[in-house]
Amino acid sequence: MKEKQFNRSSCYKIISVIVIAVLAFLFAFPLYWIVIGSFKTSAAINSTVPQWWPQELVLDNYRKLFSRQTAAMWDFHIPFTQFTIAGPDVPAAIRWLFNTVFMAVMAMLFTCATSAMAGYALAKKRFVGRTIVFGLIVCAMALPKQVILIPLLREMASLNLYNTIWAVIFPIVGWPFGVFLMKQFSEGIPGEMMEAARIDGASEWKTFYLIALPLIKPGIGALAIFTFINSWNDYFMQLIMLTSTKNLTISLGIAKLQAENATDFGLIMAGASLAAIPIIIVFLIFQKYFTKGITMGAVKG
Amino acid sequence: MKKRKVMAMLLSCILAGSLVACGGGNSGTDQTAGESAPAPKTETEETNDDAGSESEAEAPAADSADGGAAADITLWTYPIGNWGDSATVDGLIANFNAVYPDINVTVEYLDYTNGDDQINTAIEGNQAPDIVLEGPERLVANWGAKGLMVDLGDLWTDEAKSTIYESVESACVSADGVYYEYPLCMTAHTMAINRDIFEKAGAMQYIDEENRTWTTENFQKAVQAVVDSGHANVGAVYCSGQGGDQGTRALVNNLYGGTFTNAEHTEYTANSPENIKALELLKSMNGINFDASIAGGDEINMFCNGTFAMAFCWNIAQEKNNLENISFEVLPMAFPTDSGAPQLCGGIWGFGIFDNGDAAKIEAAKTFIDFMANDEKQVAESVKASSYWPVKDIGNIYEGDELMTEYSKFVEYMGDYYQVVGGWAEARTAWWNMLQQVGSGADVTTAVEEFVTTANAAAAAQ
Amino acid sequence: MPKSKSMSKALVRRETITGYAFMLPSLIFFLGFVVYPMVQCVFTSFFDATMNREDIFIGLANYVELFQDSVFMGALKNTVIIVVVSVPVTCIFSLWVSSVIYNLSGPACSVFRCVFYLPVVTGSVAVAVVWKWMFNNYYGIFNYIGTSTGVLKMNVNWLGDAKYALGCIILILLTTSVGQPIVLYVSALNNVDQSLVEAAEVDGATKFQCFWRIKWAQIMPTTLYILVITTINSFQCFALIQLLTSGGPNHSTDTIMYYIYYNAFKLYRYGYGNAMGVVLAIIIAVLSAVQFKMAQEK
Repeated sequence: MKEKQFNRSSCYKIISVIVIAVLAFLFAFPLYWIVIGSFKTSAAINSTVPQWWPQELVLDNYRKLFSRQTAAMWDFHIPFTQFTIAGPDVPAAIRWLFNTVFMAVMAMLFTCATSAMAGYALAKKRFVGRTIVFGLIVCAMALPKQVILIPLLREMASLNLYNTIWAVIFPIVGWPFGVFLMKQFSEGIPGEMMEAARIDGASEWKTFYLIALPLIKPGIGALAIFTFINSWNDYFMQLIMLTSTKNLTISLGIAKLQAENATDFGLIMAGASLAAIPIIIVFLIFQKYFTKGITMGAVKG
Repeated sequence: MKKRKVMAMLLSCILAGSLVACGGGNSGTDQTAGESAPAPKTETEETNDDAGSESEAEAPAADSADGGAAADITLWTYPIGNWGDSATVDGLIANFNAVYPDINVTVEYLDYTNGDDQINTAIEGNQAPDIVLEGPERLVANWGAKGLMVDLGDLWTDEAKSTIYESVESACVSADGVYYEYPLCMTAHTMAINRDIFEKAGAMQYIDEENRTWTTENFQKAVQAVVDSGHANVGAVYCSGQGGDQGTRALVNNLYGGTFTNAEHTEYTANSPENIKALELLKSMNGINFDASIAGGDEINMFCNGTFAMAFCWNIAQEKNNLENISFEVLPMAFPTDSGAPQLCGGIWGFGIFDNGDAAKIEAAKTFIDFMANDEKQVAESVKASSYWPVKDIGNIYEGDELMTEYSKFVEYMGDYYQVVGGWAEARTAWWNMLQQVGSGADVTTAVEEFVTTANAAAAAQ
Repeated sequence: MPKSKSMSKALVRRETITGYAFMLPSLIFFLGFVVYPMVQCVFTSFFDATMNREDIFIGLANYVELFQDSVFMGALKNTVIIVVVSVPVTCIFSLWVSSVIYNLSGPACSVFRCVFYLPVVTGSVAVAVVWKWMFNNYYGIFNYIGTSTGVLKMNVNWLGDAKYALGCIILILLTTSVGQPIVLYVSALNNVDQSLVEAAEVDGATKFQCFWRIKWAQIMPTTLYILVITTINSFQCFALIQLLTSGGPNHSTDTIMYYIYYNAFKLYRYGYGNAMGVVLAIIIAVLSAVQFKMAQEK
């Protein structure tokens, strides 16, 4: 009886693994199709019989993508000022990639710094109004951030931040998920250690910096990864806030390519590859931390 | 000690906060802060035009002596011929800067799918462009009517009024007599067929190749012949968005002689029996699909790569821009009609200026427009960049160009320019929604009634 | 913390000052770019707001119109369909995949996990454009496979046909949303207390009972978390709609998110759009509260 059951369940298992392997193949297929499509000739792209493996691999699509428009490599507008610093001219697509990296990194740094501090305070400081602030944070977290797009657009306009990369970064930083996550992590800091530090005469800042921060480092790592991916793919905010060619992110850039040449799939796939490959490489390198970060975020959240 | 540190931190944070607040308060003035205060009117524009191209050194001197011409302006163009191509536009701007080196023009290139959304968000974000290159349906009937544009009355000198064709002038002026557009070029929107496919299908017999016209009945026969020859996708009533919608409008209106608006341009008449009949016909035809997944631009591409045997969104610029992609003979055609008198949709393109409240920028923008559209040495090149025709008589700028001669035949079929009717932006959106409804099997009469109700309500609201 | 009960006033003050000092950088962003716009959103929803004109107070008129607007109701219906279909399917599918792969030997598990996570990192725009190509009426591989195998009699205009468009959107949404749940379930299943499972097996429980009684109970918190995030994600489905169908054909793929955008930037109705935002927020708030309640009961 036991034997039979074992057989049945291992049979089920083998079939399941095969089915999942097929599904996994299907999941990976669009990515393959993006990359391979970007190297196809326009004849191969437009043929009704798809070429699963193209007979001829060409770089035409990338050439087209890079020769479209140029932009300075960077010209950062420092918020609330008139200052901009410009770099050398490069193909616009490179600039978009650069914008995206800059945006994701900035959003990540700002979010981690502000959230770590705020989460620590919420968990460890018994200040007046703490429950109100925390309640507000929890409420805001449940709402889809896109509903505020119109007022946010007006606000950014009046702050002169509209059509700058900061208009995308700041709302991401303001999003309270990070604070919530860091609060959960900071709860685990032992009170005695802080007490000991205080007795040794360490200032509040030093206590945070030397005692709390090392303890919540794994949490910060998780948050960093989370923020990085989310801001990289935060298409909606980018769509509303950015207009000039030089300020676009790579996602917007491809969307624009698509709007201009809806059926030039080779060109669009070249853009899509450019957007997808860097982040996939980052993902593969940090895969372990990714999964860890996602899991920790869930456990604590 | 500790307290002081905390207080310092608090203080700096409050400072940072107030910075944010300040940024908010200054919104209006910040943009202009970098430039000299509103410039005295540059009356020297015209003299500069004459003198400028002769000696490049003199013009900047004249400008700086004038003191007010320096400005940074932005120009947003829709893909109007090669005005959507950065290499061409860079050349045009280089010409301009040779004469006016102190006016720095930054260009953005819009597309017809998202361009309007982009301008609308920019308006809401206080970052509308200074100059925009498009047609009266946007500049006059939409943004102009909403009070966002500058009155270009001073560009419309008596000379301009006397040289620019009257039909064009009347399109550039709003109902209450304000000039919101200064026109540059015009064309007639046609359709086109793939002559090779038609030939093979034996469908050329249905076409008057001399006059480029055909009757509705012959159109049906021709499409059927192409289908029978094994080419299932003859044409598409594209309706994923508003891109290229003049083609679908012209097709529907022409088939049985319907009109889109009444003659006074005050009311939409798409629910007339003629139009309903036309939509019913299109819906029932084999080989013509209502395709809600593509817009005009896609249709052009798919015509050029041989997927479709005909394109409804066509004009000279499409053929010029796609010459290297086309491997068959393109035959531009008038839309099929019952009566034999096609009424083609005209396209007029020109410049408008968004009122950003900065006199120096507006002045610089006017200088730019005046140079592009009026400078004797420049205007032909500006018009040629669009690959359309000039809006006034500046001689035959396309001497010896066979393609242009071929297309100039269609000018005589030019119909009423109705795009200045009120509520135009809303009506366009409702139009492709209506086509989608018809395409998904909705009753034509109901769908068209709904369209007319929405559109007329928008027209009345203005 | 027994001390906190007897905290002196001075201590409270100190804690409050330092507490807010630490909170401040975060609060500036939170209040400035989340709370303030939310308040504005509610506020303007009572106005007829459009471009280049002073807003006009119209009370509840936007809300009244909202519930008479058949397109909005359609958008609401579509949003609900997306959520109702994609949330359970995502959860069940990812649970099934994880339960099969979590104890595979060697690198197999992490390879599978990685592959299922790929569409998430690829980004919604890149995913959308490639699917748009695959679904294309004329050059797409779906039509090619369908017609060449005889499943389809003729090409289907997947994204241009009201019958199929929403289904296609949901399918694509599914591929981009199972990655995270799988990662979570795999780790949750690995953390299941093995001794309980063994004890049950000794008692003669079947595999199925084992799974249902013991493992399921232990991964319940993960399931709840997954429910919440997939619900929120499905509500926010925008990029796919905007890039693939623009809400068409005939509003058959409009979601509330897309309809807000449509009203704001195609019809210039900011107040009306904000009213929709408020309604959407209320719906999500209620749903979250229900889910929270469920979590507490468990």
